[in-house]
Amino acid sequence: MNTPPITPALIAKHGLSSDEYQKILTILGREPSYEELGVFSVMWSEHCSYKNSRPLLRQFPTTGKNVLVKAGEENAGVLDIGNGWAVAFKIESHNHPSAIEPFQGAATGVGGIIRDIFTMGARPAFLLDSLRFGSIEGDTLAARANRRLFAGVVAGISHYGNCMGVPTIGGEVYFDKSYEGNPLVNAFCLGVLRHEQIARGAAKGIGNPIFYVGAETGRDGLAGAAFASRELTEESKADRPAVQVGDPFREKLLLEACLELLESGCVAGIQDMGAAGLTCSTCETASRGGTGVEVDLNLVPKRSNDLTPYELLLSESQERMLVIVQKGEEATVQKIFEKWELPYALIGHVTDDGKMRIRAGSTVVVDVPARALADEAPLYEREAAPWTAPALLDLKTVPVADVIMALHQLFAHPSIASKQWAWRQYDYMVQTGTVVPPGSDAAVFHLREADKFLAATTDCNAIYCHLDPREGAKAAVAEATRNLACSGAMPLGVTDNLNFGNPYKPENFFQLRAAVEGISEGCRAFDIPVTGGNVSLYNESQHGAIDPTPTIAMVGIIEKKEQITTQHFKNPGDVIYLLGELGEELGGSHYLLVVHQRKEGLPPRVDFAKEKALQNQLLSLIKSGLVQSAHDCSEGGLAVALAESCFARAQQDSKALLGATIDLGTTGLRPDVALFNESQGRILFSARPENATAIEATLQAAKLPFQRLGIVTTAEEIVIQLNGEKYQWMTRNLHHTWSTAIPHMMQG
Amino acid sequence: MIRCAVLQFPGSNCDQDALIAIRSFSGVAAELVWHQTTSLEAFDLIILPGGFSYGDYLRSGAIACFSPVMQAVKKAAQQGKIILGICNGFQILCEAHLLPGTLIRNRNLLFRCEETILRLENNVTPFTQACEKGQLLRLPIAHGEGCYVAQPDVLQELNNNNQILLRYATAEGEITKAASPNGSLENIAGICNREKNIFGLMPHPERACEALLGSTDGRFLFHSLITSLSKK
Repeated sequence: MNTPPITPALIAKHGLSSDEYQKILTILGREPSYEELGVFSVMWSEHCSYKNSRPLLRQFPTTGKNVLVKAGEENAGVLDIGNGWAVAFKIESHNHPSAIEPFQGAATGVGGIIRDIFTMGARPAFLLDSLRFGSIEGDTLAARANRRLFAGVVAGISHYGNCMGVPTIGGEVYFDKSYEGNPLVNAFCLGVLRHEQIARGAAKGIGNPIFYVGAETGRDGLAGAAFASRELTEESKADRPAVQVGDPFREKLLLEACLELLESGCVAGIQDMGAAGLTCSTCETASRGGTGVEVDLNLVPKRSNDLTPYELLLSESQERMLVIVQKGEEATVQKIFEKWELPYALIGHVTDDGKMRIRAGSTVVVDVPARALADEAPLYEREAAPWTAPALLDLKTVPVADVIMALHQLFAHPSIASKQWAWRQYDYMVQTGTVVPPGSDAAVFHLREADKFLAATTDCNAIYCHLDPREGAKAAVAEATRNLACSGAMPLGVTDNLNFGNPYKPENFFQLRAAVEGISEGCRAFDIPVTGGNVSLYNESQHGAIDPTPTIAMVGIIEKKEQITTQHFKNPGDVIYLLGELGEELGGSHYLLVVHQRKEGLPPRVDFAKEKALQNQLLSLIKSGLVQSAHDCSEGGLAVALAESCFARAQQDSKALLGATIDLGTTGLRPDVALFNESQGRILFSARPENATAIEATLQAAKLPFQRLGIVTTAEEIVIQLNGEKYQWMTRNLHHTWSTAIPHMMQG
Repeated sequence: MIRCAVLQFPGSNCDQDALIAIRSFSGVAAELVWHQTTSLEAFDLIILPGGFSYGDYLRSGAIACFSPVMQAVKKAAQQGKIILGICNGFQILCEAHLLPGTLIRNRNLLFRCEETILRLENNVTPFTQACEKGQLLRLPIAHGEGCYVAQPDVLQELNNNNQILLRYATAEGEITKAASPNGSLENIAGICNREKNIFGLMPHPERACEALLGSTDGRFLFHSLITSLSKK
């Protein structure tokens, strides 16, 4: 076999620095083979090794009484939910592939995260997606490209998730010019399992056979992990072969076959072939098992016989798994995989020498200590640029807008407008567990087998993170907990997706560090473990780095079905309360961005002690059965939250709209500040009038700030009194603006 | 005891949902039946569930209709057994020519998942006898290929024989173009064969059997089936 000689140019092409190459020479005591160079290149890429972020990630709180499998131990963390049941969940990015090929990029992102979950022995229960694109408004070339990306990504998620029969029940979509050319596609999956079903990705038991199961290996996704660890450029389109092609049907079969195999009790270890494919799965299982592996590439099922060892090792073809089976149980694998009509092959065995040894027939092409690849990548603490806080917003420079118009403008902005255009392309109901579908603060899912109710949300306001990454990350954690509280849930755990620019640029590394500190602070304050996640760096296009986007996906548990709460007002005559203060922070607000085209000021501050007290109080009111609806005030402030509460749960149903009449009193605040500020720690909730006395007594006794604002009406009219002025909107008109904004834009 | 088979094709993904729904009625013993099975003699009721059989990369249901179990389904059909096809199951029944017409891509080319309102057109069938004629049912849909089409003469026959059981309607029960989520001819959502023992529909009654999930109208259809089978 002819392989190119190892030259400095070839080393550089593999993204390895000369220091890193020296380290490889030291580990091997010789020059690496071409295949070994490829293997080091992908395993030591940011995507697989977290070499620039791992030291920072150690700050996260990762322990807790419910934690069964900790962050970093396995493919996904596992948390106890009681009665012997557990959940495994994780979020992962597929940003770079989606930028180049949105449909397949997003589809395989979903496929990859589902595999991470069933690798743990869990049956996937639901998906969430956190998406970000450039502006889709107008007729510019860029807007058209962004629409194509948005439509392609949504179609890709729909294609894969729907076919798998895993419902996509929630998530978020934001639009901002910072994502132009570099959209973000973060996919989350949660699965359910019994404690005793937790599967491990370790190559245990010397001599145990190693099986390759699932789709044949092809050339797709060659070295995708390395591709994802570079900036996107004009030339990135040439990397299209680095984007994998998904086959959800194969994955559905693989899911059923793997769960059946795990059920049979013959599995010693199991690992999916995701990033860095066969390379990553073999060296990681060996490293975790404290063993070695020996594999013959000639035995690997292939789509084409002329694949070279280098290509076989680095391919990221989808829908493949590595399974280490108890010796003597080979026939069980055969029986199950033949039933599901899937390729499988015995490709090697577990050894005792700690080596990852790969042969092509009798020729050894890779012979490297497995630990060196999986766990001994160089770690870097990059240089962080000194940071100066943005100037406080000078209100005098912001003219008071017509607030009647401004509320329409906010609802017409695609980040605030209804996302139904996207989520009705997802099967959000399959598996008959979706109790609260997309469109409320958090989605609520009934895990039928465990009879538990889970709430789940993804959150991140990247404008805040752009202006102040630490405060922005804190706000993301606070908003996620608030969304869960509004749904009646106690937080259980967090998985985070850190989307940032090139860490070699000091300002980007500062953002990453500050955001990690903010998340850690938030999770510690709420005592929520981080159970794993994903780091996606190099999110840059010709226009520069994206706004830092540390997406927080949070899962909570609702004790009883009676406590499931949604954001929508229920009955005319109900009393409307604001829990928290009216607030006045306008910095980083969507009002400033949408109405005044300004992304500036200090974003709102989070006071975790106060936030926690408010949320606990809301939960206790919900548990006492006193709350009809609860909605968090976020983008667009109180006015947007109030109007959204008047919209019906069935979003296409414009006949079930309600109204509200509230009085904010005389505040001394400008109307735009009062209505649209985005101060944290505020919840709008409604209650039956007969419970008002009990609620007010409870809140007064707890010394928590709250205001009785007004009542829910049938009038289909939203009336806000402020400083002696009266502001009025027709609910129907706002609903129309909100529900048609994205469909209109997508029609071009 | 009514014996019910829920067929499982590679890629079926509403099989568990159908099983859970049918098992929530008393007097039914239901089980999953793998597509390689060649006999359905042991069953009174056969459900073809939703999903993406064989990935549906070709026309939906086009490969599944050649599964070994489909010979047994055809035999059961001739024996007059009750057969229900939901979503992908409906598509498979059409591909197998057990029901006339075919389901093509939604007119807007997008997958649609949402609650729809259906008007019940004929309550003199085993599938609908517990309903009132003209009754409105709230049932969700979730499909990319649910646009029902057929030749004019086939359509005429369906109408003449009262084989159209469900049409997409407005909240007021009107059959308008806007009420159809997929562009089906005459807003057709579900049809039965001339003998009225085979029923295929795009909406998912098994997803509307629990108040917690938003609607229990699916129970009318299952209840009808079970009542008519119990009388046999």
